[in-house]
Amino acid sequence: MESLYLLIPLSIVLAFVIAVVFWWATRSGQFDDMEGPAHRILMDDDRPAEDKAAKASDEH
Amino acid sequence: MTDNCFHCGLPVSETVDFPVRYRDKTEATCCAGCQAVAQTIIDSGLSEYYAHRTQGARQAEALPTDILQQIRLYDSEELQKSFVHQREENSREAALILEGITCAACVWLNEQHIRQLPGVLSVDINYTSHRARVCWDNTRIKLSQILEAVSAIGYRAHPYDAERQEALAQKQRKQAISRLWAAGLSMMQVMMYAVPVYLAPDGDIDPDFLWLLHWASLILTLPVMLYSAVPFYQNTWRDLKTGRVGMDTPVTIGIFTAFFASLWALINKIPHGVYFDSVSMFVFLLLGGRYLEGIARRKAGEATESLVKLIPAFAHRAANWPDSRATEEATVTMLNPGDVILVKPGETIPGDGVVLDGNSAANEALISGESRPIGKTTGDTVIAGSVNTSSPLYIQISQTGQQTRLAGIVRLLDKALAEKPRLAVAADRFASWFVALLLLAAAGSYIAWHFIDPARALWIMVAVLVVSCPCALSLATPAALTAATGHLAGLGLLTTRGHALETLARVGDVVFDKTGTLTHGDMRLREQMQLGQLTEAQSLAIAAALEQASEHPLAQAIRLAAAALPCPASTRLDSIAGKGVQGEVDGETWRLGSPEFINQWLTVPMTLPANWHADCTLVVLANRQAAQAAFAIGDTVRADAADMVQQLQQRGINVHLLSGDGASAVQSLADSLGIADWHARATPEDKLAFVGQLQQEGKRVLMVGDGINDAPVLARADVSLAMGGGTDVARASGDMVLMGDQLALIPQALALSKKALGIIRQNLWWAAGYNLLALPLAISGHLTPWLASLGMAASSLIVVSNALRLVKRKS
Repeated sequence: MESLYLLIPLSIVLAFVIAVVFWWATRSGQFDDMEGPAHRILMDDDRPAEDKAAKASDEH
Repeated sequence: MTDNCFHCGLPVSETVDFPVRYRDKTEATCCAGCQAVAQTIIDSGLSEYYAHRTQGARQAEALPTDILQQIRLYDSEELQKSFVHQREENSREAALILEGITCAACVWLNEQHIRQLPGVLSVDINYTSHRARVCWDNTRIKLSQILEAVSAIGYRAHPYDAERQEALAQKQRKQAISRLWAAGLSMMQVMMYAVPVYLAPDGDIDPDFLWLLHWASLILTLPVMLYSAVPFYQNTWRDLKTGRVGMDTPVTIGIFTAFFASLWALINKIPHGVYFDSVSMFVFLLLGGRYLEGIARRKAGEATESLVKLIPAFAHRAANWPDSRATEEATVTMLNPGDVILVKPGETIPGDGVVLDGNSAANEALISGESRPIGKTTGDTVIAGSVNTSSPLYIQISQTGQQTRLAGIVRLLDKALAEKPRLAVAADRFASWFVALLLLAAAGSYIAWHFIDPARALWIMVAVLVVSCPCALSLATPAALTAATGHLAGLGLLTTRGHALETLARVGDVVFDKTGTLTHGDMRLREQMQLGQLTEAQSLAIAAALEQASEHPLAQAIRLAAAALPCPASTRLDSIAGKGVQGEVDGETWRLGSPEFINQWLTVPMTLPANWHADCTLVVLANRQAAQAAFAIGDTVRADAADMVQQLQQRGINVHLLSGDGASAVQSLADSLGIADWHARATPEDKLAFVGQLQQEGKRVLMVGDGINDAPVLARADVSLAMGGGTDVARASGDMVLMGDQLALIPQALALSKKALGIIRQNLWWAAGYNLLALPLAISGHLTPWLASLGMAASSLIVVSNALRLVKRKS
């Protein structure tokens, strides 16, 4: 049970750390656009890379 | 070949040929603009856009040179000061508004395209607000080049003054989120310390650990007291200064009493007296409700932004007036009172002023509610935001920016948006009585228990304050209204005044205006009759060529119908006011105009069938030999009007049609839509009288109009709905604004408003019942503060989740 003397203060520190992380997230605009990233992940493009490779090989 | 344009999806006429190559196939586009845009997109390796998009793009238009010239003005250092943020020596950042974004693929396309430009350091587009934040290296690329690149793929980018307009709102929103987070985090953690204390039998937890848990709770409650709950203190202080009892007064008193009583119990080691968990839970739930309400407010506020955009960014300044009429491009922010500007036909007048030279007409629908253009000649005043319709005007500016009458209207709209719904006001008033009674009850029970059992008196008072806090009451109405407003805004129906939704639920009669509401409100070619040898397409193309330079509504209708046809060149155009136009096409002289105008010219007069489109304006095309074609130009009914009227009638709502038009036109429309009660040739006074009559019979009236010529009657009706599509300016006059002019939303809105009112009633009954049950229990000492705060939380959650049933579900 003595471990609680360590664990409870630790949980307080943890809660404050999480609060700071959230504070940073709001400040840096993580919650500004709640829809865009969800769409963006679907449009992960690998084509331009191919095109660039194709263009590069054309030039040779 | 496809039937629809590969880029914008509009029908492609068979006579045009603008092919593009896409994935080894030839696709057809409708015009040179779309072809150029599609080619640019494919050439820059972004053809993936066409695979991902879910909606067609806007039809692309080639940029006229003067717009290109205007875009270049944005490179001036002085102008950039207002919206560009200098980050390092050469890197700059600007906020842009993108026009034309319809789906996620557009966002992706713009991002990729801008990012590919050499010199662009970063770009980030917000899907929700259509704003882009672009950062570039000023030595390698100019802002104008970025703006041009965006227009090359068919979108328009405008600089947006983020610093001034949005910074404040953004800061408030971020602060609200932070406060909510802090309270939520604290609530969860404090509850973790509190649950074992509540669950364990007395004496099971070692007293040392018990007090450790309590001290930990205190530390985690401090951020809530010092940061999250600050808005409640501020509102209470404001209320106290004006000598009122507001919603936040008992909240503040409750928080303070519970916190300091717990603190006192903690220091004096009184068991069962520590209720920090109640404090943080209480604050979190209240902040959550307010945050939700704020979201809906902001959604509605976006309507005003489009009004602000009415004022153009650029003007043609005649710097050396009166010596020279030469103009140069200037931005509107650079204009000062006294400057002389040239406003070309079709352009928006950027400031209030006086006409120095020119003869034209201006559409002032915004301010006067008059839909017809008003003649303007030397000495007349013009108003910012009105559109110059027929010929160039030289105007001396008297007011710009915030001093214009348009700015005044925007301020009015802002004020209307800030208005509270009537129901919410009533709930607030009820709640303030409730609050006063509650404070009395709390004080009374403290005094009473002081004599019965002094040790319990304080805790019973805390329980009374916490259990019955009117949050269920104050949350019930706003939560339901917010959810319903948000749902409607998502569908395309904006609520600009608070009372609209609740009144809508009680509506029994709907009155429609005809022109612009049930019909499109602008002239369209309805039917074409061939009188000579030419094909339909040939005569239409010649007619469009003759009307090339005219801003007349009839000319626009013909040009619109012929948009997909290649237009032959026309010369020596000569327009005869009120009659028609004469000109040469391919060396032959043509006339296009009223039947009388044509018959004066022809040796053998032509006749048209007597009843051919009696409610339309007829225009005839003729060459020297004979009349070639007749065009019937008139208004067309909106596609979803008949269905909408039928749905309303099925709901038992009386539908009326009021119009200033002639009887035959109104009757034919009423018959085709199935409206039994129609009135033609109604003056604005008649319309007012009609609505007033209905109201005297005890009926609640919804007036649907296009907001321009109907301003008085829209104001008179119990609730009004303005069409938002044709004229942005119409929005100022309606309680609700129908974006995109989808009439089908009206029955939906009626159904939703009924549902919302039902849910508000349920919520209020629930809140009243809960308080009636909980208060006596608390006063009689059967509730501990922690049970009280749990009861309060459960009650609020029930109210909020009941309201959330109104939120639009994503399919």
